[in-house]
Amino acid sequence: MEKPLTQNMNPNRKPFSLDEYEQAGGYEAMRLALTSMEPAEIRTLVEKAGLRGRGGAGFSTGRKWGFVPMGPDAPKPKYLTINADEMEPATFKDRVLMEGDPHQLIEGIIITAFTIQAETAYIFIRQCYTEASRRLTKAINETYAKGYLGKNILETGFNLELHLHESAGRYICGEETALLNALEGKRPNPRSKPPFPPVVGLWGKPTITNNVETACNIPHIVKNGAEWYRSLSRVGDGGTKIYGASGKVNTPGAFELPLGTTLREIIEHHAGGMKPGTKLKAILPGGASTGLLTPDHLDVKMDFDSVQAAGSRMGTGTLVAIDEKTCIVGLVLNLVRFFARESCGWCTPCREGLPWVVKLLSAIEHGDGRPEDLEQLKHQIRFIAPGRTFCPLGPGAMDPLKSALHYFEEDFKRHIQEKKCPWT
Amino acid sequence: MLSHEEIEEIQDALSHCEKKRAAGLDALKIVQRHRGWVSDESLKDVAEILDMSPSELDSVATFYSLIFRRPVGRHVILLCDSVSCWVMGYESVYDTLKRKLGIVFGETTKDGRFTLLPHPCLGACDRAPAMMVDNELYGPLDEGLIDQILNSCE
Ligand SMILES: Cc1cc2nc3c(=O)[nH]c(=O)nc-3n(C[C@H](O)[C@H](O)[C@H](O)COP(=O)(O)O)c2cc1C
Ligand code: SF4
Ligand code: FES
Repeated sequence: MEKPLTQNMNPNRKPFSLDEYEQAGGYEAMRLALTSMEPAEIRTLVEKAGLRGRGGAGFSTGRKWGFVPMGPDAPKPKYLTINADEMEPATFKDRVLMEGDPHQLIEGIIITAFTIQAETAYIFIRQCYTEASRRLTKAINETYAKGYLGKNILETGFNLELHLHESAGRYICGEETALLNALEGKRPNPRSKPPFPPVVGLWGKPTITNNVETACNIPHIVKNGAEWYRSLSRVGDGGTKIYGASGKVNTPGAFELPLGTTLREIIEHHAGGMKPGTKLKAILPGGASTGLLTPDHLDVKMDFDSVQAAGSRMGTGTLVAIDEKTCIVGLVLNLVRFFARESCGWCTPCREGLPWVVKLLSAIEHGDGRPEDLEQLKHQIRFIAPGRTFCPLGPGAMDPLKSALHYFEEDFKRHIQEKKCPWT
Repeated sequence: MLSHEEIEEIQDALSHCEKKRAAGLDALKIVQRHRGWVSDESLKDVAEILDMSPSELDSVATFYSLIFRRPVGRHVILLCDSVSCWVMGYESVYDTLKRKLGIVFGETTKDGRFTLLPHPCLGACDRAPAMMVDNELYGPLDEGLIDQILNSCE
C-alpha cells in the first residue's frame, strides 16, 4: 500500500532536512512544475486527479484554483494562504504532516503558488503548534538559503515569499475569510460572501486558501500523475487520507490509508479496536461539527460522498470512538459548549442560540431538564441553520446535537425522567 | 513605556508587513513575551507605533484568547477541555489541578506561579487527556505526570 504523504516520516527521528528530502526525491515535482509546465496544465492535472480539499468541506481543489483570475490583466498581487489553524476538536492530522515532513508542505506551497501565480504565501498556524512552528521555521530558512523561495526561483522568473503567521487561539480564525481578516490585522470575524476570496481576498486581491493536507498532496500529483493518484483511492475521488482515531480505542493515532477505507477498518484494525471492557456506542466521524454515527455504520467508507450518504460528514477524517459508558448528553454538551465559547458573536442565531442550547443541555445533564426542553432543542436546531448565519460555525454546532437526538433520544428522555445523569 | 528591545522587535515585524496594522498581533505577542501580559499602557504604546487607535487595537487583542489583557502567573497551563480529552477523563484531570493548585479556571495561584485556563483541542487527541504548560505539550496525563510537570515549574 502506497503512503506518499507519510513516506518520509519516522517518529523516532527529526524530520528530513532539505538535503535529505531532496535525496528522497523531494523538490523534483517543483522542478518539473516550474520549468516544464504551464500553470493551466497543473490546475487541470489536479482537477483530473480528483483531489478534494482536506480542510473539511471537500471542494475540488483544481476547480477552486480555476476561480482565480489569470493572465496579464489579472489583479496583482495574488496570495496563497495555507490553513494550519487546526482547532477543530478531535483533529490532529495537519500537526502530524507539519512536524513529520515540513518540506513536503513547502514544496506543495511553491507549486500551488506557481499555479495561481501568487507571489506571496502565508502559513497560518495556531499558537499551540509550537513544535510544528519550530520545524517549519527551520525548513523555510533552508528553502530560502537554497533559492527555492525568494526571487527568480530556478531561474524561471517566478518569485515567492513565504511567511509563517502564528495566531493566538480562537477557532473561528480557521474560517477562510476570518483568516484573511486576521492576516490584515483586523478583528477576525468572517466576511460576508460574495465576493469570494479567489476573486476578492487578502487586501482585496485574489487569494486561495488551502488546507495543509491538501497542499501536501500536490507534489505527488505533479510527479506521478492523475491516474496514479486516483489509483491510491478506493472510491471515485483520488488519493490517500490521513485518518485519525482517538477516544476509547487501544492505539489512538493518525494513519495514512486509501481514501474510502471503512470506519470498521480504521477502528478495529488501525486503532487496535475498542479498549478492554468498553463497547462502541457512537462515532464522531470527522471533528466536532460532524453528526454522530452508530455501530450500524461501521461499514461506511470514510470519504466525502459515502459519509454524507450515511447522514453525516467526513469533515477532517479524524474520528472519536465513544463507548457505552460515556453519556451522550454530556458529550453533546461538551461539543456545543465549545462552539458557544468560540462563536465570534456576529450573527444572532449563533451568538444567542448556542448559549441557550448549552443551558438546556446542561439542565438535562444535571437532572433539571423538563420534557418540553426536547422540543425547544429541536426548535433551536431549525433556528441555528444554514443560510441564517455568515459562516458555518453556528449551524455546524447543531449537527452533533441533531444526530444525537435522532439516534439516542431515549438517553435524553432518561435524564429527564430520572432527574439525573444515568451514566454517572 | 516600551523597552528599546521591544520597539526594535516590533519594527522588525513591521518590515515584513504590507500595512502597519497587519503587524498588530505580532506586536502584541512581542510585548507579552517580554512582560507576560499586555497592559493598557503597553497597548496604547503599540497602537501608536501601528497608527491605530487604542480601542481599535484592543478589539483585536481581546478577540484572541491567548493575548492576556490581565496579569498571568509565571507559567500558564492550558488544559484541553474538548471532546477527545473529555471522553478520556479531562474532568478528573481538572479536579486534580484544582485540588493541587487551589484555583479554578481563569485564576492565578497566590504565589504567582500558575494561571489555569481551559483551551480547545490541542491537536494531541491521540495523547488525551492533554495540556500545555508554557510552550510544551503533555499527555496522556495522570496524577504522577501532573505532579512531575508542576514540580518542574519554578
Ligand atoms: C469555523 C471554521 C473553522 C475552520 N477551521 C479550519 C482549519 O482549522 N483548517 C482548515 O484547513 N480549514 C478550516 N476551515 C475550513 C476553511 O474555511 C476552508 O474551507 C479550508 O481551509 C479550505 O481548504 P481546502 O479547500 O484545501 O480544504 C474552517 C471553517 C470554519 C467554518
Ligand atoms: S455563525 Fe457564529 S462564528 Fe460564524 S459569523 Fe456568525 S456569529 Fe460568527
Ligand atoms: S480533544 Fe484534547 S487534544 Fe484534542
